[in-house]
Amino acid sequence: MMDKVLEAKNITRYFEDPIRFKVLNDVSFSIERGQFVSIIGKSGSGKSTLLYVLSTMDTDYEGELWLDGLKTTGKSGNELARIRNEKIGFVFQFHYLLAEFNVLHNVMLPGIKLGKHSKQELEHKAMEHLKTLDVADQALKSPNQLSGGQKQRIAIARALINDPVIIMGDEPTGNLDKKNSDIVFDKFKELASAGKQTMMVVTHDAEFANRTDRIIEMEDGRILDTSTKIVV
Amino acid sequence: MNFRLILDISIKLLFARFKQTIVAGVGVTFGIAMFIALISFMTGLNDLLDGLILNRTPHVRLYNEIQASEIQPIEGSDDYYNAQNFVHSIKPKNSKKELRNVSAIIEALRADARVIDVAPKVSAPVFYNTGNIEIAGIVNGIEIASEEKLFHFSNYVIKGQISDLTNVSNSIFLGKGVAQKMMVDIGDVVQITGAKGQTSLLKVVGIVQLGLADLDNTISYADIRTTQTILGEGPSYITDLQVKLYDIESAPMVAKEFKYKFELDAIDIQTANAQFETGSSVRTIISYSVGVTLLIVAGFGIYNILNMLIYDKMDSIAILKATGFSGLDVKSIFILLSMIIGVAGGILGLLFGYVLSEVINHLPFETEALPTIKTFPVQFNPVYYIIGITFALITTFIAGWFPAKKAASIDPVIIIRGK
Repeated sequence: MMDKVLEAKNITRYFEDPIRFKVLNDVSFSIERGQFVSIIGKSGSGKSTLLYVLSTMDTDYEGELWLDGLKTTGKSGNELARIRNEKIGFVFQFHYLLAEFNVLHNVMLPGIKLGKHSKQELEHKAMEHLKTLDVADQALKSPNQLSGGQKQRIAIARALINDPVIIMGDEPTGNLDKKNSDIVFDKFKELASAGKQTMMVVTHDAEFANRTDRIIEMEDGRILDTSTKIVV
Repeated sequence: MNFRLILDISIKLLFARFKQTIVAGVGVTFGIAMFIALISFMTGLNDLLDGLILNRTPHVRLYNEIQASEIQPIEGSDDYYNAQNFVHSIKPKNSKKELRNVSAIIEALRADARVIDVAPKVSAPVFYNTGNIEIAGIVNGIEIASEEKLFHFSNYVIKGQISDLTNVSNSIFLGKGVAQKMMVDIGDVVQITGAKGQTSLLKVVGIVQLGLADLDNTISYADIRTTQTILGEGPSYITDLQVKLYDIESAPMVAKEFKYKFELDAIDIQTANAQFETGSSVRTIISYSVGVTLLIVAGFGIYNILNMLIYDKMDSIAILKATGFSGLDVKSIFILLSMIIGVAGGILGLLFGYVLSEVINHLPFETEALPTIKTFPVQFNPVYYIIGITFALITTFIAGWFPAKKAASIDPVIIIRGK
């Protein structure tokens, strides 16, 4: 029995606007440590909504959510913020780097917030991540000076800084061209295999999904298929 | 909470909108500076105007009021015991103006620990004779040393030396209006008629200006002996004892006590000049409300800028919250940002306020009524600076609080999904 990093139990989520509408319908599944999971589905299938529920940012759901053996359902906003800080790394479609800080500082921010390591240690760690992502030479630049692919790689470095139990991605390659998209995917793949990093990525890119360990396909708020592997 | 990180982010955000931040800060600076300058100037003016009267008024004045005898002789008659009396035949006697046993009273007062000093005075109603005309007036016989000590007599002297009042025999300081009417100046001799008809020739050794036209047109000052001579009275003739106390607030109580102790009439400064306190407090209220209004306007400026900043930095707030910053952290960031503007703007405001007060303090201000004042009066009181900065901090805190609350409640999901 592998240990479960993330477990969703009967998650149901309604949208109230404009009419009461069931976006997620009794969704249950779990992700084991070291898995690289992709969630696919058509527009409106509820895959993004599921991601935000799983990310603990959306708390307005029914059901239970367990993260790293800890029940997150019903915790306060401050506790959830702390959990996100420590255990979850995010990579969104948009990089969301802070223009006011340089690249290195952007990567370090969640680490400084966590306060587990000294500034020197964090700087060292951040530089290591930037090196593995081939953007170490950009460390002291402002995010505005970088290309889209570089920014996204820096966002990945930021997601890694606190050694999260899981990295969640929302269309992380959605804004990138083929070349950069491949680079980002390769990095993800590398992390999943080498560092035993658990990863969960929402995407509509079938090619991307096909190269992950496991695909969860969604339609109309339900999970269709939780096959561990689709062979290309 | 990691304060240094929060502070770091606040400062970075502040520089992201540097121009607007400066504008907001200048608003606070302007508000505080104006508040300080206004309140310093107003209280300076208050002190000046109050001083016009209050500095010249004893805290307690002991005198004999001319009044009818409370007991008419008929009431002493056994024949009319318990009867209603309509006969009031005994009129007040002039001699009652004189204070009895005055040297003993002065000694007792000077020994009292609450009393700064006593200045005896002889008030003599006189006529100033110029040609055929007689101008009614009053000569105040004063003991120049105690008068100077208690009432800063020399502040009102525009010509002459106060020591001449004792050094030159039969000398007088004329009120400015009196001197003008009589067309005399220092060195001239004037003729004065006392209430009982005796005339004296006095040498003018100085001119005084009290700043109140009514007084300047009637009052003159002479040495206490000279005045006693004008009245044809002996050296024990004193009509007023002017007492100054260490604690002005205790004057009404002390006046009451002296009244019974010395069996004299006594009036305290608060009763004699009630209207001046009213004027002062109204002016103070006006300056405070103007100052506070300026600061509130500055507060709205900060509120606006922060709102704009939050709208601008929605993405940054969202990612901060996504990566583990709590609502409280975000709130702290924006309140801190506002407080930085408040502190920086406020301190600059104190500085400019001081400079502005100094400038006002050096502006020429000459008026007939106030002979010794050459520039606008300004009071430099650290309390105003403390009030100013305190209020600036409170205003900026409140101005930061509401936008910060808004920022704290931003839902990162909506923003991240909206992209």
